Amino acid sequence: MQIRGENLSCSRGGRGVFAGLNFSLSSGEALLVTGRNGAGKSSLLRMIAGLICISAGQVEVTGGAEDAPLAEQTHYLGHQDALKPSLSVAENLGFWAAYFGALPDAVEPALEAVDLAGLADLPAAYLSAGQRRRLAIARLIAAPRPLWLLDEPTSALDEPSQKRLAELMRGHLAGGGMIIAAAHGPIGLDRAREIKLGQS
Amino acid sequence: MNALLALLMRDIRLSTRVGGGALMGALFFLILVVMMPFALGPDLALLGRIGPATLWLGALLASLLALDRLFATDYEDGSLDLLMMGRMPLELAVATKAVAHWLTTALPLVIITPILGLMLNVELSAMGWLALTLLAGTPALTFIGLIGAALSVTLRRGGLLLAVLVLPLTIPVLIFGVAAANAAIAGPAPFGPPFTIVCALSLGSLVLGPFAAAAALRHGLE
Repeated sequence: MQIRGENLSCSRGGRGVFAGLNFSLSSGEALLVTGRNGAGKSSLLRMIAGLICISAGQVEVTGGAEDAPLAEQTHYLGHQDALKPSLSVAENLGFWAAYFGALPDAVEPALEAVDLAGLADLPAAYLSAGQRRRLAIARLIAAPRPLWLLDEPTSALDEPSQKRLAELMRGHLAGGGMIIAAAHGPIGLDRAREIKLGQS
Repeated sequence: MNALLALLMRDIRLSTRVGGGALMGALFFLILVVMMPFALGPDLALLGRIGPATLWLGALLASLLALDRLFATDYEDGSLDLLMMGRMPLELAVATKAVAHWLTTALPLVIITPILGLMLNVELSAMGWLALTLLAGTPALTFIGLIGAALSVTLRRGGLLLAVLVLPLTIPVLIFGVAAANAAIAGPAPFGPPFTIVCALSLGSLVLGPFAAAAALRHGLE
């Protein structure tokens, strides 16, 4: 599977954010998007996820599940964790796993992968910011999709959790997955290529 | 299919748990109807005459109460982004949320209507018919309201705008719903024609509502 962005432009609220951006990504590769605040890192990820319109240019996908649009082969981990405080940890993850077409028995291993298995019955309202983040990450494990779009995935994570996330990302890449991550610093991917936004 | 069931169960769970507001509509409805005889005085004939209209108006306002949170909570916590990335078409996801909303807020209204009718001196024999008109008409209220909820999703305090947008669109439902209820109670006009129009309005909004709401959401997230 390969993804190519050609001559992408983005404008938000009538203001041009970036223009003429090219990238390409094949199975097993990672791309690190960096740039100052407001350079359009999040906008680029949301664009690839199909959540905002592409102002100009195109994103091309070859290989993979041909008939499914890219959004349906993509996990988006944004700034918000998409958790409901009144549902338990297991219910929150169980819902997203079922919604993204995973089997119910995928929930428990995913919780173990982010070290939240012990809190499965706790309402998500009582989780700390880092635990909420980990629960959001568990969604990517529970329902496999080839492309991960991670928007500052390490925010709120402590050091052991960052290491665990790096391991999960390496496992995803080794399995033929792809990652596009927006970050300000290294997120534990050694061989990631980097594109820098906001340099013109 | 699993995704659809999961979404339905999640929304039902969310609204029946703490802070969900499933019974808020029914409570508001109860209070409104209980206040009515105090405002109008103990004129039983008058109460009986305006009973159906009062119940319909109460149900209409009560069904609007929780509507502004239908998409707003999902928008605020990022769930809406993910809902758009599922394999299920957004139209279907939106319709599923509306069904869950109807089950948790409108259905309780229909169920308590016969009890509230007693307070408004509606004849016992007509109570079932009155509830039937509400059962047929409330889906239209929910699915028309769905469009308003989707349009006002990005606004912090969209509740009032929602009411202003949605209430005019529900006038036909109100007219024919009350007409059918009155026909069942007093006659002499037949019950059938207005009731079938209410059913038609419900079915029509069932089809149009999700498409309009999904389009509004896609546009709103830009």
